[in-house]
Amino acid sequence: MSTAPVKFYQVGSFAVGNRLLPPDQNSIQSDSERTNALTSGHRACQGCGEALGARYALDAAMRASNGKMIAVNATGCLEVFSTPYPESSWRIAWLHSLFGNAPAVATGVAAALKAKGRTDIRVVSQGGDGATVDIGFGVLSGMFERNDDVLYICYDNEAYMNTGVQRSGATPPAARTSTTQAVGPEPGNVFGQGKNLPRIAMAHEIPYVATATVADLRDLEAKVTRAMEFRGARYLHVLVPCPLGWGSASCDTVRIARLATQSGLFPVFEAERGEVVSSTPIRQRVGVEEYLKLQARYGHLFSPKRRDDIIDHLQANADRNIARYNLINADTKNADLPEKGVL
Amino acid sequence: MEKPFAITLEVESSLANHTGSWRVERPQYVNLMPPCNNACPAGENIQNWLYVAEDGSYEAAWRSLIIENPFPAIMGRVCYHPCQTVCNRAQLDEAVGINSVERFLGDLAIEKGWSIPITAQPTGFHVLVIGAGPTGLSAAYHLRRLGHDVTLRDAATAAGGMMRYGIPKYRLPREVLDAEVARIANMGVRFQLGRHVENLQDAIDEGFDAIFLAVGAQIGKRAYIPAGEAARILDAVSVLHDVEDGQPPLLGRRVVVYGGGNTAIDVARTAKRLGAEEAIIVYRRTREKAPADDGEIQEAIEEGVLMKWLSTVKHAGADTLKIEKMELDEKGFPQPTGEYEELEADSLVLALGQEVDLSLINNITDLEVRDGVVKVDPTMMTGRAGVFAGGDMVPAERTVTTGVGHGKKAARNIDAWLRKTAFEKQETPSIVEFKDLNPWYYSDAPHAVRPRLEGARRASTFDEVVQGLDESTALYEARRCMSCGNCFECDNCFGVCPDNAVIKLGTGKGFEINLDYCKGCGICVSECPSGSIIMIPEKS
Repeated sequence: MSTAPVKFYQVGSFAVGNRLLPPDQNSIQSDSERTNALTSGHRACQGCGEALGARYALDAAMRASNGKMIAVNATGCLEVFSTPYPESSWRIAWLHSLFGNAPAVATGVAAALKAKGRTDIRVVSQGGDGATVDIGFGVLSGMFERNDDVLYICYDNEAYMNTGVQRSGATPPAARTSTTQAVGPEPGNVFGQGKNLPRIAMAHEIPYVATATVADLRDLEAKVTRAMEFRGARYLHVLVPCPLGWGSASCDTVRIARLATQSGLFPVFEAERGEVVSSTPIRQRVGVEEYLKLQARYGHLFSPKRRDDIIDHLQANADRNIARYNLINADTKNADLPEKGVL
Repeated sequence: MEKPFAITLEVESSLANHTGSWRVERPQYVNLMPPCNNACPAGENIQNWLYVAEDGSYEAAWRSLIIENPFPAIMGRVCYHPCQTVCNRAQLDEAVGINSVERFLGDLAIEKGWSIPITAQPTGFHVLVIGAGPTGLSAAYHLRRLGHDVTLRDAATAAGGMMRYGIPKYRLPREVLDAEVARIANMGVRFQLGRHVENLQDAIDEGFDAIFLAVGAQIGKRAYIPAGEAARILDAVSVLHDVEDGQPPLLGRRVVVYGGGNTAIDVARTAKRLGAEEAIIVYRRTREKAPADDGEIQEAIEEGVLMKWLSTVKHAGADTLKIEKMELDEKGFPQPTGEYEELEADSLVLALGQEVDLSLINNITDLEVRDGVVKVDPTMMTGRAGVFAGGDMVPAERTVTTGVGHGKKAARNIDAWLRKTAFEKQETPSIVEFKDLNPWYYSDAPHAVRPRLEGARRASTFDEVVQGLDESTALYEARRCMSCGNCFECDNCFGVCPDNAVIKLGTGKGFEINLDYCKGCGICVSECPSGSIIMIPEKS
């Protein structure tokens, strides 16, 4: 009788927990004793991806730092919904200053801790895509350049959601925002603009850069944990769908993040000192349309007239990511997408 | 207290802000009906026993299983597993091998000698069960567990009915059958074997509190086939019975079996094992329309059994048969074509279905017989108060598993009737469909195909054809279950809530929604792999 050990666990590492695995092999989020860095009662919208992403990331950072951590927050949704005076949802040491200076404040906190000989206390700085790719971009680049001992986490919901869905440097092409009509004949954002901050961070050759989404918790936790193993400047870019700004159903937040990765539009990878060291392969490839059609911000691509030209352009962008980050391997289902129109 | 500069309010946690008031819908944990459970003729709670087995608690899994079905080891061999036909996992990769896990648990129980204690208080009622086939044995088992005294009577000298005298050994080894029957005997059921009940009234007059009839259908149907004097024509039921009794009939080198049901397949495969060079099944319709289980047909073909679809036997001679070709009409019924061919055959075995031997109720007028079977009400009671009937002798699909289900249903209704109450069947919750699941979360895993003996080798012996799973493969197979409609504590809801509004109650206790903070976004519902959470509107 064969006694080969069973390595199959029903939900494997895809689900948050798994009763068949020992506790130390489960996700941090499956633990009832998780930090809950961002606790209940916050005023984020129903189904907020950023609230979810922040708790995932900070709970993992708290685990990695044994609870010795200070978080600096830029202005933005995350700050506004979590800390309306006199309430706070934070259960960690947390500091807010201005919209554009979070990386500089974090640099200062790290320097102060170093001066006090408390380098055992780790520093995390965080903000939305507006604070990161636009308003705080200069000081963030400076923090990278100086290789200050800070993990910077950007929760990317691809526009200024808190102030009414204005375009940011992270808004993807073709997505409609409240300000994109002004820059061209199309209601959506133009192609060929915007910034790819993970690649900009890599260009600084800092110790660690990674991307993640709220759709793959284990991957996100692993990347935070890995980032905390380094000293110096580290950058984590987390895709967090926004039901309000993206015009999606609140129940679809995780699904949309998953479709972003499985279509190739959002590549999930990690890089050390400027070089990509790994990427997360697509498991079940889908066409970009599967991702786009759940979001009202792309509604103008499907009605009143279907815009195959734009959809094809977005598909080409996804295909470029797939090639660039090597996102398809032998286990990928539907590695070859069906012909156009039968998706 | 003196407050710092520019501070006018006490600092507090956002827990003071009950965001639950935003909600218009709320998530609710549910237990829905998995398709496998719904399809099981014996009413097994398959999802539950697979769930229990998944962490290696095999005895507990077996004990969950036998609440509904006393024969896991038999089922794991002879059940045509309608559960697997409807398994939602088939739409992801392949159906879960439920049947093979059931067999693994059944075999383990026999190996370990697990027994079944009677925990119910003795009721003092005494029930007679007539017929020790799957239906009668199942009824006896369930009645005994409910605290009744049971006497089980059968004309044959060994218990099992069609499981012994109809199903060949290569599908059901007799030591397995004997072991599961012995377990029922050890529960205190009184077996009276070799005792033919010729007249039901005599049994009634013995003073039992209730009687359950389950004599089966054992008379092979005869079709009129013009035949020469030297033609050798036998019926399938007798052939299988004689083989079991150790007196196999002489079938010759070329055996033709007429019929397309499972019995036809059993006889053809048995004929091969008895040494026939050729065993040919002749059936008037097509393989797709044949009532036999397709897996059985496949195994027969692999063993070299030949199939002649769309054919009828018009005349049987001493060593040839006259076969007429058929064709399906628009409605799918076979119609004669007038084209004939000769087929060499030393014997013709008729497997055209079975009829019930109703001689024991001939003189009882209040038992209504319609189309050759006994009429029963929804509680399985016949026209005579206190006399119940089930299995092949009432209108039903004639499989072992259906019989086992009948036995259970009858036992629960007999119990209720004796106690002068009514057995309340629980309302069936809605059935979970594949679209209700979130299959992303299930690991990709192919089906652990049961190792099978090579067709050529198995055809020559009565060794068991389908071998079982070992412990590691059984566990693997159990873990492929997607737990449709029932929480399996993957913690997804607990993890994906942006509002931290799901409370984890601890292993085995599931989860609870903290309605003070749940905003009703529905992510927990979308990301629940097994479809065990639904959204319901808040009362306005």
